[in-house]
Amino acid sequence: MRNNVLIIGGGPAGLEAGANLQRLGYNVLLVEHSNTLGGHLGKWDRLFPGGTPASAALDKLLGSMDGVKCFTDTEIQSINRLGKSYNVILSNGITVLADAVLVATGFDLFQAEKKEEYGYGIYDHVITNADLELYFKTGLDTRINAPRKIGFVHCVGSRDEKSGCRSCSKVCCATAVKQACEMKAAFPDAQIYCFYMDLRMFGRHYEDMYLEAQRDYGIRFIRGRVAEVSENIDGSLSVKAEDTVSSKPLKVSLDLLVLMAGMRPSVSGQRIGSLLGMQNEKDGYFEVLSEITAQQRSSIPGIFLAGAATGPKTIPDTLADARGAATQIDKYLSDIFPKAKDLKQLIKTAW
Amino acid sequence: MIYEGKQKIWSEYQKEIPDDHYFYVRSCIRQSFFPASEAAFLDITRKKLGKDIFETEHHTTCGGIAYHSDAIPQETVMTIIARQFALMAKYGYENYVCSCITSFGLYCETLETWREFPELQKKIAETLWKTCRLDFAKPKYIVHASDLIYHYRNQIAALAKHKLINVHTGEPLRVVEHIGCHYSKMFPSKGVGGAEYPYVLAGMVEACGGTVVDYPERRHCCGFGFRQYFIKANRGYSLSNTYKKFESMEPYHPDFIVTNCPGCPYFMDRWQYVIAEETGKTYGEGSHGIPVLTYEEMMGLVLGYDPWDLGLQTHQVGAEPLLDKMGIQYDPERKYLGAKGKDIGRPACPSCIR
Repeated sequence: MRNNVLIIGGGPAGLEAGANLQRLGYNVLLVEHSNTLGGHLGKWDRLFPGGTPASAALDKLLGSMDGVKCFTDTEIQSINRLGKSYNVILSNGITVLADAVLVATGFDLFQAEKKEEYGYGIYDHVITNADLELYFKTGLDTRINAPRKIGFVHCVGSRDEKSGCRSCSKVCCATAVKQACEMKAAFPDAQIYCFYMDLRMFGRHYEDMYLEAQRDYGIRFIRGRVAEVSENIDGSLSVKAEDTVSSKPLKVSLDLLVLMAGMRPSVSGQRIGSLLGMQNEKDGYFEVLSEITAQQRSSIPGIFLAGAATGPKTIPDTLADARGAATQIDKYLSDIFPKAKDLKQLIKTAW
Repeated sequence: MIYEGKQKIWSEYQKEIPDDHYFYVRSCIRQSFFPASEAAFLDITRKKLGKDIFETEHHTTCGGIAYHSDAIPQETVMTIIARQFALMAKYGYENYVCSCITSFGLYCETLETWREFPELQKKIAETLWKTCRLDFAKPKYIVHASDLIYHYRNQIAALAKHKLINVHTGEPLRVVEHIGCHYSKMFPSKGVGGAEYPYVLAGMVEACGGTVVDYPERRHCCGFGFRQYFIKANRGYSLSNTYKKFESMEPYHPDFIVTNCPGCPYFMDRWQYVIAEETGKTYGEGSHGIPVLTYEEMMGLVLGYDPWDLGLQTHQVGAEPLLDKMGIQYDPERKYLGAKGKDIGRPACPSCIR
């Protein structure tokens, strides 16, 4: 008898955990509410720090999914504890008895229009990091028209009490530096400014990327938050900020402003959390059993967590977290369903 | 500019504005600056629209100017405000409408402070009783007078004698709307349309056929700012603020400016003259300056009030070019006649603004 594992969420965490659990011999079902697998990774062009194509990373993840049953465009209708397992009814009419559930519901991008002073959705040439990635992928965005002066605003919806988002989104600094360099490569005559609070270049090679941005691409980093954005009569943007290094206010006209929208807890994930009775921490992400030793376990037996459902993560961190979750699930199922474990071992041994 | 984006924000910042039965409090300084505006508000709401707007001579200043100038402490200003609210309750009202933006901001600040610090509210209630023998009360609804005119904007537009349309070209008049800083910058949810893209005046302009000009320094302070003006040495800041705004709006060729704050129309009107005298720079068509109106004056013109009854002769920048555009008939000989035909005198002719 093979244990059933249900994975909720078809982003990088769900895909990586699914492939690993399948390899461990479990019967894996993955449910994704949207119509495609890959989550935000599917909408991204290149990944920091080395510029790896997102499509290559996603293809690799999808290519490891042999045997995993995936249901896209599918919602969880109900989920109830039944003995040691969970009885799950899906929106496509299928009922699953899952012995473990992995919640990998990811994150939502902060809705940049909530920072009203930046004018996203109001001024023609204000876009987000996600819009820019889509432009890199497709080359299509009428708002980007040979810009000569470009600004990047870090921490939009991150580390910002006013917008109700105190936590750092972790990936925006490196993404902004990556995107700034890409824009400079695409528009060599453009002047590019990054408005930042402080640069969190914590990962391997990130600091090198930041130095290259300054030295090789001539990106100008201005330590200070943008106060307000308005539109000039010619359609360009008037941006006011403070340069806290020189202690002076600053006003600059730009042709394009890119808002680095941060990560927020996924709304659809919160619905799943409500169905399961899971707790959130103050930052809105799911509570974990131990932030040091059991990051992939919830406080509910049999319910596991992976990826950005428990807070902002880079893609490598997400994948590592997913592999950790797979290991935790394997350990849990071996303990709770020892006979199934024996059978699994027997099958493995027989082969 | 994506208009639908603004509409989305406007839809999120709508406040509940009761339709009738208000206790009205005037502004300290508006009666000096533009004395006919409050009279126009009362006339429009009471006589044109048949609303119950009550006022009493017993109300006082809210204390805002003294408070913001650090002349009195917060507890004093809160007691003054508690007395205003107590008068409202004494006369049987629970909806409070104020003429002044500074007052509106201060009322919102005070109510929020009492909500967060109930012990302070208790103390103020005790002080109110000891000093005035009045029972403490809080309004059920508090609105600014411009909120109320916004609420009635479609009714007023239906009664319009003149639209905000250039009768010579048929084009909508181009209007700069300027919101007082204390209207919603402190508490965005208390203002119609929020803080970044307020709709309270824009809604009136649109209802009456005009179009709103959005220019880069739209959010900037008019230049009043208590410390900028009350401290004489700082007045250069006040003037430079106004100058910045006019330089920014100039390329959009606005036909007039409408405001909802006591200080804004005054400073944007008077500083145009000072800028002209100091720099020789004038704004508006034919170096005439850009007329600056209160929202009561704007709606009064729409409703067909005589411009001189609305007090437009108290403006530095003459309103005549605007009146001509709107097709409003007026008697130039009556411009400087006060009550009972008394000559109120004529201003010295400025050399730069015509």
